Parts: sequence; C-alpha cells; structure tokens
Amino acid sequence: MHLIKLIFRNALRHKLRTGLTVVGLVVAILSFGLLQTVVDAWYAGAEGAAPNRLITRNAVSLMVPLPLHYRDKIRSVDGVKAVAAANWFAGVYQDPKNFFPQFAVGPAYFSIYPEYRIPDAQYRAFVRDRAGAIVGRKLAQTYGFRVGDVVPLKGTIFPGTWTFVVRGIYDGADAGTDTSQFFFHWDYLNETAKTRMPTLANKIGIFVVQIADADRAAEVSEEIDALFKNSPAETLTETEKAFQIGFVKQTEAILIAVRIVSFLVIFIILAVMANTMAMTARERRGEYATLKALGFGGGFLATLIFGESLLIAAIGAVIGVVFTFPVADWFASEMGTLFPVFEVSRETVVLQAACALAVGATAALFPARRAIRVRIVDGLRAIG
Amino acid sequence: MVIPFRYSLRNLRARRLTTILTSGGMALVVFVFAAVQMLDTGLRQTLVATGQPDNILVTRRAAGTEISSAVDRVQAAIVEAQPEIATGPDARRILSKEAVVLITLPKRDSGVATNVTTRGIGPAGLALRPQVRIVEGRMFEFGTSQIIVGQSIARRFNGAGVGQQLRFGGREWTVVGVFAASGSAFDSEVWGDADQLMQAFRRQNYSSVVARLTEAGALDALAQRLDNDPRLTLDVKREREFYEEQSKLMSNFISYLGLTLSVIFSIGAMIGAMITMYAAVANRVGEIGTLRALGFRRAAVLWAFLFESIALGAVGGVVGVALASLMQFVQISTLNWQSFSELAFSFTLTPRIVISSFAFALVMGVIGGFLPAVRAARLNIIDAIRAI
Repeated sequence: MHLIKLIFRNALRHKLRTGLTVVGLVVAILSFGLLQTVVDAWYAGAEGAAPNRLITRNAVSLMVPLPLHYRDKIRSVDGVKAVAAANWFAGVYQDPKNFFPQFAVGPAYFSIYPEYRIPDAQYRAFVRDRAGAIVGRKLAQTYGFRVGDVVPLKGTIFPGTWTFVVRGIYDGADAGTDTSQFFFHWDYLNETAKTRMPTLANKIGIFVVQIADADRAAEVSEEIDALFKNSPAETLTETEKAFQIGFVKQTEAILIAVRIVSFLVIFIILAVMANTMAMTARERRGEYATLKALGFGGGFLATLIFGESLLIAAIGAVIGVVFTFPVADWFASEMGTLFPVFEVSRETVVLQAACALAVGATAALFPARRAIRVRIVDGLRAIG
Repeated sequence: MVIPFRYSLRNLRARRLTTILTSGGMALVVFVFAAVQMLDTGLRQTLVATGQPDNILVTRRAAGTEISSAVDRVQAAIVEAQPEIATGPDARRILSKEAVVLITLPKRDSGVATNVTTRGIGPAGLALRPQVRIVEGRMFEFGTSQIIVGQSIARRFNGAGVGQQLRFGGREWTVVGVFAASGSAFDSEVWGDADQLMQAFRRQNYSSVVARLTEAGALDALAQRLDNDPRLTLDVKREREFYEEQSKLMSNFISYLGLTLSVIFSIGAMIGAMITMYAAVANRVGEIGTLRALGFRRAAVLWAFLFESIALGAVGGVVGVALASLMQFVQISTLNWQSFSELAFSFTLTPRIVISSFAFALVMGVIGGFLPAVRAARLNIIDAIRAI
C-alpha cells in the first residue's frame, strides 16, 4: 500500500514533466493506432470476402476483357450456383478527385452479395429502370445522393457522359462491408456500347461466381480455367479473398513503409520516456542512497522506478486509446470514400497497450540498474 | 555581454545520455520528414523524366491513361499527316503508334502477380525516347515475337533475362535485350512491335500516338486543329505533362501522409526537448543566479538556453539527414494507382530536402526550448542564488 502511494507521489512530483511525457505518449499511441487502422483499411476488401465466391478474369491481366458467352459456360460447371458479370466503369463524378468504385453488374449480382442490404421496393425500382443505380450508404452520405437523384458520370474507358438515376441505397450487413460502391445495369452499359463503340460491346471485366460448397473452391476454379485452356482468352479463377489480396500485394511497398513508420513513432516516444526516467532517477540518487541506508533493498528501488514508469505509460496509453476512436471517426469522414471501411480493430487496441507498456518497461531499465548499483556513500554525496 | 556558446555546448556534453535520447527522438522525426520528401521527389522525377519536352502524346479524349485509351487507325493516320509533326532523316514522320497492354507477371522474389505495362512501339519509338538505350543484348526486330525489357523488369521478374521467354497473349515472346531508361517509368516496361502485340491481343485500335513536334511551340496550333476536326475525339498533351499527371494521385498521397505524420511526430520530439530543457533549467537554478549576479542580462541567459536547445535540434537534424541519405540505396516498386501498373522509383535526396529537413530540426529545437529558456531568464537573482 505504501509502495503504491510512493509511486503515485513520485510520479506527481514534477507535474509539468509528467504532464508533458503523458501528452507525448498520447500523441504517439494515438498516431500508432491510426496508422495501424490505415493498414487494416487496406486489407478490408480481403477481410470482407466470402469463401463461397470466386472471381474469374482474363489470365493476361484484369484490363483485358472476357467474351460474354463465357457466362453460360461457367454456369454449366458442376458446383457453380450463380454467375454474375461485372465491369469496372471508371467514371469521373464532377472531378477526378471524387473517386469511388463503379461497376456495371449483371442481374444475379445482388443475390451473390447478400451482405448488400437493399429494401425490396428500392430493388424492384432499380430492376425496372434501365438507367437505374444502387449506391452504398457511405457513398450516398459523402456526396448527398438520395433516391431519385440523377448522377452524371464522365466515362474514361467508355467515352461520353452517362446519366444514372439513384434507385436504391444499400446498407452493409456489418461494419466491415464496403458501402462506398456504385452499381448499375450491365445491360445498359452494353446496349449503349453496341451503338457508340462496338469494339467494347459484349465484353466482361470479371465474372463473380457463387459456388455451392466453399470447400470445393480450388476444384471448381481449376475446372473453370480448364474450360478455356488454349482459347484466345484464357481465364484465371481464384477465390475472392485471393483476388483482393492480389491488389493489396501490389501496393505492399507503401504498406510496409506505413508499418515501419508506425513503429518509428514508438521509438521516438521511447526516447522521450527514457529521457524522463533517466533524469528523474539522476535527480533522486541521494534519495535512493538514503532508502538503501535505511535498509531497503535494490528490488524495492527497482519496483519504485518500474512502477512510476509503467504508471505514466499506462496513463498515456489509456488516454491515447480512448482518443483513437473519435479521431478515427473524424478521419474516416474526412477521407470520404477513399477508405471504404475504417474501423479500429481490437488487435490495434491490444497492440497500442502492449507498445505503451513495453515503452514504460524499457524506459525504466537503465535508471533501475543504476539505482540498484549505486553505492550508498556515492549516492549520499550526489547533489543532483 | 553574451554567454559563450561553449557554456551551452558543454552542458550538453555533461549530460550525455539525456542529450543522446532527446536528439535521437528528433533524429527519427527528421528521418521520417526527409524520407517522405525523398520518396515524393523520386516518384515525380521518375515520371517527369519519362516525358520529353518536345514530344506529344495523343490519347482518346478524357481517357487519362494509355490503358483506357483507344486511337483507331484512321485517326492515327490523320495525326500523322499534321504539318507540326517533325520529319526524320529517312523522310518519315518521327511518330510512333503504340499499343499499351497490361500483363500479369510473377515477381521473382515473392511470386506476387504484378501488373506490368507492355508497350508495342512503331519504328520511330526508340528515336522518340533518347533517354532509352540498350544495355544488354540488342533491339528487337519488327515483325517478330521478340521483345526488350526495362532493367527494373529484368531484375525483378522471372523469365525476363536476355534469351529467356515470357508467355502472354497466347504466344512465347523471346527477350532479346535489356534497356536502361535513365530512371524513367520506361524502366518498368516491356517493349515489342506494336503490330505483333495487337495481333496477339486481337486489338483493332492503338492506345496512343507519340510524336515529335517540329518545334516545342507548335503544340497550340496542332491541338486547336485536332480539337476542331469532327473526325477525331482525341486529346493532345505534351508527353511531360501527361506523365506529371500520372504521378499526381500517388504524389499527393505520399506528401499529405508524410506531412501529417511529420507534424504529429514532431510534437512528440518537441515535448522531449521541452522536458530536457526544463530539467536543465531546474538543475541549474543556482548557476543561473550566479551568471546573473556576474552581470549577464536576462536576454543573455535566454539565448544561452535557447542555443542549447537549438544545438539539440541540430544534432538531431544531422543524424536524421544522414540516416535518410542512406535510403538513397533503396529502390521501391509499387502499383501506380493512376496507370494501374508497376512503377519502380528510388528515394532521391536533393539539396532542398537537406536544407528543409535541417531547418525543420532547428525549428523543433526553438519551439521545444523557448518556454524553458524564458523561465530561466525570468528567475529572480536572489532566489536563484539561494536555491541549492
């Protein structure tokens, strides 16, 4: 009991210094948490992938399309429940800065993605309107889209200005669902392409394949690819997760940089914290000697120093973690649709706490060793 | 009367551990600050070096990238006939009709499937890019399935060495040469015959047309004529501008993220400096009193402590910039979001970055040391002398 009291008193002796150290810790823990969340957000697409969905694309690259008639061939493969076409549209809404994903999708698409929850009436209205579109909740909030709004998009792959009418807004089944996307009818795209740019007609970017049994994913993928072996457009089929991770992998260099930087901030704060503890211990050498002269052992002194360091680190960690949530929310709303999913995960919080405690413990290491080794005579002689 | 600098410097030396820890924290911040700018500069230099000032690049209107662009043969022929396009010694136009396709290749070390830009060029394609030269093997022959690869590709991808074969578009392509493109984006490309590539990928259209102007100023007249031609739906840009735009998204991302991080991290480092300097003042109250009693003015004390803090920042700055300069040996390759293809670039250190990073370190020192220095200057002489 006395020990705890002593630790608290010691920590509060230099209120300014302790306060500053805590502020530094809060800033570091907070930015560490945000950076980890940014990295998580990158992987969000892969996390949201369902095991019973496969993506079939052209083996050359994603940019080379597949012919439309592949759809029926894929559907005939044993174990395939449904197939939907999807084309990346890459339209520009007002300004190239306003980026959000747009897909022209075939009829079965929304039954393959049950996590996109659309009210029945809105979905029926979408089906009836050839130029209809369904947008995600987050996208709707970012640009103020409401049901009935007309949205013009300037095509980059499919030239011209295209106008769509928002017929429905979908919500995600859980927080990990991407609700920043824009969907419209593939038929509308294709009919228009036929008249305006025949070379782009009847071409499919990717097929989303729903399979009956997730355990047979590898087998079904191979069967699909075997169908088109040695044809002009060979296919590559992989699980949705592998497909998404393929994207992330290509920007991995940036991810690694962000990871490294997020640990650098921990080192920066470690330097600050270690400095605080070193100064504190140097100033108290006389006291430590006195305590030793009174019969307290080195273990007691070490407990004092470790306790104080860990206490300060813990206070910083708690405040930092608590602040992470509102700051992450603010950051997500500022970034708009750039990060479709931006959630502080439990691992992030655990990692934040672990880093803070590691910093606290490491910072106390040298001062504690010094305090244990100090000879009573030298210590009493020291004047700080 | 001024307190000699040596007084401040010796104080730093007297408490070595504290000095090292405080400057170390600052050095890390300066490192991040400098490294991010180096990355941004490297990216931009790579893409700017890709464009030649008197070259133009013609794409479909609003396409933005070569991948999503299409120029049909009739349109390409119309562009070729324009009087502003320069003529070479062989009496042909210096113009290359190009087909750009993205292919997926596995990286050598990690096996990660990566998008690689494959460019089919016309006979003038090499002459239009004086920065490109063959460093190994030879140029490919037109009309064959031969290709040459950029040196970043040769280094990082399987089957991309001279004499090896790459399979894409239903054919085996023989690599007959490796080219160096002096740090431009072409280093991350594969080049072949445009007509062969178009056959392999069953394409009817070119992706873009690259041409040399007779003089750099001829662009406006050309652009206006092409704009008014009802047969064309094309955009004409200087090659350099085109590639600058390609770097915008990534460059903005890097610089915003970097600036935000540097500012946040610097708060941590400045707090570190502040703690150190407050402690330095608190430990030396008696000393400060003595100095004042000897006749040194408040301003002199303020400067002595401020200088000590600036010196801390300077040490951090030197170490940080030195660490960052080591990053020049690191090359980074990533997906460029705008062109959707692999791009390799390196950290580039410029004198401007050195100066701005060092200035950043000094500013951290000033801000961190200012309040403690003010406290030192405002101490009462009598109280200060008594306090031991």
